[in-house]
Amino acid sequence: MIIIVDYGMGNVGSIRNMLRACGAESTITASHEVIRSAAKLILPGVGAFDAGMQNLSERGLIEPLTEAAIHRKIPVLGICLGMQLMCRSSQEGKLPGLGWFDADVRHFDLPKDGPHKIPHMGWNTVTLNQATPLFEACEGEQRFYFVHSYHVADADPSQVAATSHHGYQFVAALRHGSIFGVQFHPEKSHRFGMGVMKRFVNYPC
Amino acid sequence: MLKHRVIPCLLLQNGGLVKTRRFSDPKYVGDPINAIRIFNDKEVDELMVLDIVASRENREPDYALIEQFAGECFMPLCYGGGVRTLEQAQRLFALGVEKVSVQTAALSDSSVITRIAQRFGRQAVVASVDVKRNWLGKAQLYGAAAAKTLSTPWIQHLKDMVSAGAGEVVVNAVNRDGEMSGMDLDLVAAASAAVSVPLIAAGGVGKLSDIRDAVAAGASAVAAGAFFVFHGPHRAVLITYPRYNELEALLSVQ
Repeated sequence: MIIIVDYGMGNVGSIRNMLRACGAESTITASHEVIRSAAKLILPGVGAFDAGMQNLSERGLIEPLTEAAIHRKIPVLGICLGMQLMCRSSQEGKLPGLGWFDADVRHFDLPKDGPHKIPHMGWNTVTLNQATPLFEACEGEQRFYFVHSYHVADADPSQVAATSHHGYQFVAALRHGSIFGVQFHPEKSHRFGMGVMKRFVNYPC
Repeated sequence: MLKHRVIPCLLLQNGGLVKTRRFSDPKYVGDPINAIRIFNDKEVDELMVLDIVASRENREPDYALIEQFAGECFMPLCYGGGVRTLEQAQRLFALGVEKVSVQTAALSDSSVITRIAQRFGRQAVVASVDVKRNWLGKAQLYGAAAAKTLSTPWIQHLKDMVSAGAGEVVVNAVNRDGEMSGMDLDLVAAASAAVSVPLIAAGGVGKLSDIRDAVAAGASAVAAGAFFVFHGPHRAVLITYPRYNELEALLSVQ
């Protein structure tokens, strides 16, 4: 069973809808028990870094999530803020992140009155850094919906799965073992997002 | 490259889809769920649904209907109409809405924008600003719910909305609404110069080149209603949306 972590942040309903369209059922929960017996986990997230870490902490979720991802090594997908929380830290907040990826999170370093607006909002294409299970070197361009003001930076290059461009190249997806993270919202990215979700669903447990 | 968004904007009145001209004379267009399903199939960039009577009649958003809309969308959905509290916004986000658009409430007190932005992030709240030109051509801030122009200079109000926390703004040219005779490009340019957050230009799209012109004038995105739901001189209802590569070619950076 795919568990969508409910920590009060993120578009859990939309993620479940897309999983359903991919033929996968899922449960939205914050239950420690359920997380401990999950086959796969999705950590969604929309909002601020500290609010995210605080919400996880208040619900006692950091320990069961870490146990699942790091010790049991079940496949985990972090979406948007969810991926950022899996990094070491963020310029956006003061609290430490989960530290599952060797990366930090920084604000877009772009001039305020320049051509590139912040937040980075809209459809953008990604470039694959390496072949990873969630992205196939498929035919044609892959585009996804992004909406964020902070992006992953200083990442261990071996963990960078894909990049995108907004003023400069930045990390769009990470992978470390069976821990995956995407900056964009697959649940809001039509058939392209569905492709990523399907591959996560089909990724062996 | 980040592509400029092209956003169908659907108007809701009592559960039905309608289209106005210059913000009046709403005509029934059809079933909103069906329209949204079609737009989803056509892979639109984003969708905006605005309830045009909620604020005027002091009503709650139609949550049951909105939940159905969200269920049909594999792209971001923005809802506006009667949003005045953090609790309403929270409920809408829980249903699958990506962003809320706030207009009427913010005209008297922008703190609802601040509260939503603080709790859910700036990108979750869009400030909607309607601008009407008087008979001398002067652009004035317009409050659609009360159907009144307001004395605050519209650019100042726009800036105040961003200062209050709006991560995005939509500026609608009231005079151009539903006419499909071109956008108010001076308005778009002035709005774009005034704020550093993404600007959605709305009002007047009648052909694809209007979208390109608005982007050239500084819009990050363009919303259109009549252009995507009507066809031909007799405004027959037909839901259309250009293919992605058509839009890409139209909007490609020179």
